[in-house]
Amino acid sequence: MATSVNSYRTGPDERGHFGLYGGRYVAETLMPLVLEVERAYNAARKDPNFQRELDYYLKHYVGRPSPLYFAERLTQHLGGAKVYFKRDELNHTGAHKINNCMGQILLARRMGKTRIIAETGAGQHGVATATVCALFNLPCTVYMGSTDIERQAPNVFRMKLLGAEVKPVTSGSATLKDAMNDALRDWVANVENTYYIIGTAAGPHPFPQLVRDFQCVIGDEVREQMKEAEGRLPDTLVACIGGGSNALGLFHPFLDDRSVSMVAVEAAGLGIETGKHAASLTGGKPGVLHGNRTYLLQDDDGQITEAHSISAGLDYPGIGPEHAWLHDTKRVEYVSATDQEALDAFKLLAKLEGILPALEPAHALAEVIKRAPTLPRDHLLVMNLCGRGDKDVFTVAAALGIKL
Amino acid sequence: MSRIATRFTKLKQEGRAGLVTFTMAGDPDYATSLAIMRGLPKAGVDLIEIGVMFSDPMADGPAIQAGGLRAHKAGATVRRTLDMIAEFRRSGDNETPVVLMGYYNPIYIFGAEKFCAEAKKAGVDGLIVVDLPPEEDHELRPYAISNGLDIIRLATPTTDEARLPAVLDGASGFIYYVAVMGITGTKSAAIEQVQSSLARIRKSTDLPIAVGFGIKTPDQAAEIARVADAAVVGSALVEIIGSKGDTVRSAHRFVEVLANAVHSARKKAKAEA
Repeated sequence: MATSVNSYRTGPDERGHFGLYGGRYVAETLMPLVLEVERAYNAARKDPNFQRELDYYLKHYVGRPSPLYFAERLTQHLGGAKVYFKRDELNHTGAHKINNCMGQILLARRMGKTRIIAETGAGQHGVATATVCALFNLPCTVYMGSTDIERQAPNVFRMKLLGAEVKPVTSGSATLKDAMNDALRDWVANVENTYYIIGTAAGPHPFPQLVRDFQCVIGDEVREQMKEAEGRLPDTLVACIGGGSNALGLFHPFLDDRSVSMVAVEAAGLGIETGKHAASLTGGKPGVLHGNRTYLLQDDDGQITEAHSISAGLDYPGIGPEHAWLHDTKRVEYVSATDQEALDAFKLLAKLEGILPALEPAHALAEVIKRAPTLPRDHLLVMNLCGRGDKDVFTVAAALGIKL
Repeated sequence: MSRIATRFTKLKQEGRAGLVTFTMAGDPDYATSLAIMRGLPKAGVDLIEIGVMFSDPMADGPAIQAGGLRAHKAGATVRRTLDMIAEFRRSGDNETPVVLMGYYNPIYIFGAEKFCAEAKKAGVDGLIVVDLPPEEDHELRPYAISNGLDIIRLATPTTDEARLPAVLDGASGFIYYVAVMGITGTKSAAIEQVQSSLARIRKSTDLPIAVGFGIKTPDQAAEIARVADAAVVGSALVEIIGSKGDTVRSAHRFVEVLANAVHSARKKAKAEA
């Protein structure tokens, strides 16, 4: 499979598979609904009115296009590749998550759904979902692990201000995977009126595909902006991955440009060797969870194990199925960064560029810090700065031993 | 004829519905779980459903989630589950059908082919894999078929006319009708709705239909027994197993009451008419 790929952009197949990965591993109750979402999405993406409406809100409400910024001081500091940031942290609500939420809520409206549910880890997807629900006046319930509620208090408050109900999830490790379990349980019980806005490029088909498609605006813009800035394509793209939607959004439009190399950064937590990490590709193996087959952190009995990362948004024991496939085909290079490396990167960026990155892209930045110095000065490197760090100041303070 | 087919034929001949119970393998521990299982046929259970623990049971409510956690803490694994079934068969019961119910990942990691072969060897008769819909079960079904295991398909209130043929294509053993839209052990269905759904499904298949989800009391079980070939009780029994005291005895007592209600339901209905 790995050697005979003509295009990396044709997946998934008609049944939602990316090679071995993806699929629709859901309870029968959800099957007709998942098929309905697929039909509705296929109709929507062929409908110019849908795209026009989405473009309108992305421009006037989200604030797209987000800038492609040349980080001059960081580039000087690292002494190698020219480092550009795709500034998706400047979007309304502070992360790339809203690109997807806007697309999905317009789809939910087309489908006549009257209630929205979502899961959230760091709270960015929850905030983005609560935001579009406020905008379109739809009731919104967000499932969030109680561990995450504690470490992401500002985002919990924001969701409530936006009118969403935040339901704490105490089962399992009380983080993102458990929130996703409870969101699926809610959906099974309320299939008739409810639409589930999944926050990353994972879950049963067609979610990995449609979330990716809605995030591709990131890479599409980078292509245009880089042509304008440098007159050519970038050489290296870097992004962090939990579920992997921001990385796919940046990478996917470039997958068939063989000159562009891509690096995705998983969360190594306290270090892969400690077992306390969230690096499903580096430290996991293929399995089936949350509607798709992908790489998962699990034990020898097929029980899902707990992920660990300082970043709540990366604290998930799986990864989107398309990443699993891109990993096996070796089109994308997958590496990891530890909690400590992410914290160091966070501090460096604040000082050098006046930008507080979210702890999620701080993992990507940690890789940029390692890699850029080894590359020539005319090498164009783009990192997706997919979220802002305001939500993380309490976590960072605690990690630095500072009381606020 | 398989144990499942033999049992449903017998129920039909006797003109009564069957009682199916669900317990989680290894809940609250291996020995207690086996002791409960051994007493089920005598307490009146017609078909035994045994849950295979999974860390992320997305179709299950709090009761069965808790049962899974208890089993996990006590060391339950796929291997130990198969051991328990084998031990049950060795203690002399060769008639009562045993169906394993669980999620796909533990089976996938065990190896689908190896799992089917060893399940058959242990004395399992059928498999219900909640998150393996017809679209995906080609990776398990060939091995189930070659080992003579039934793949039991789920039909639900959302399984409409367009969807039903996909569910029935390749189904064997019996159809498990999920009475409610939702997870196990929460809301209960209106009997009229169950009745009309069953009538619809029966137009397309001769397979027996067991109804489960939300059946908690002997009265509810009896009501279902009047319209279905079997009634499945899970969460209510798992809750008893999770309570304090002599759980083996209280589980069997509860099952006896359920069995009486289910077995006499149609006679009573006739007498009332």
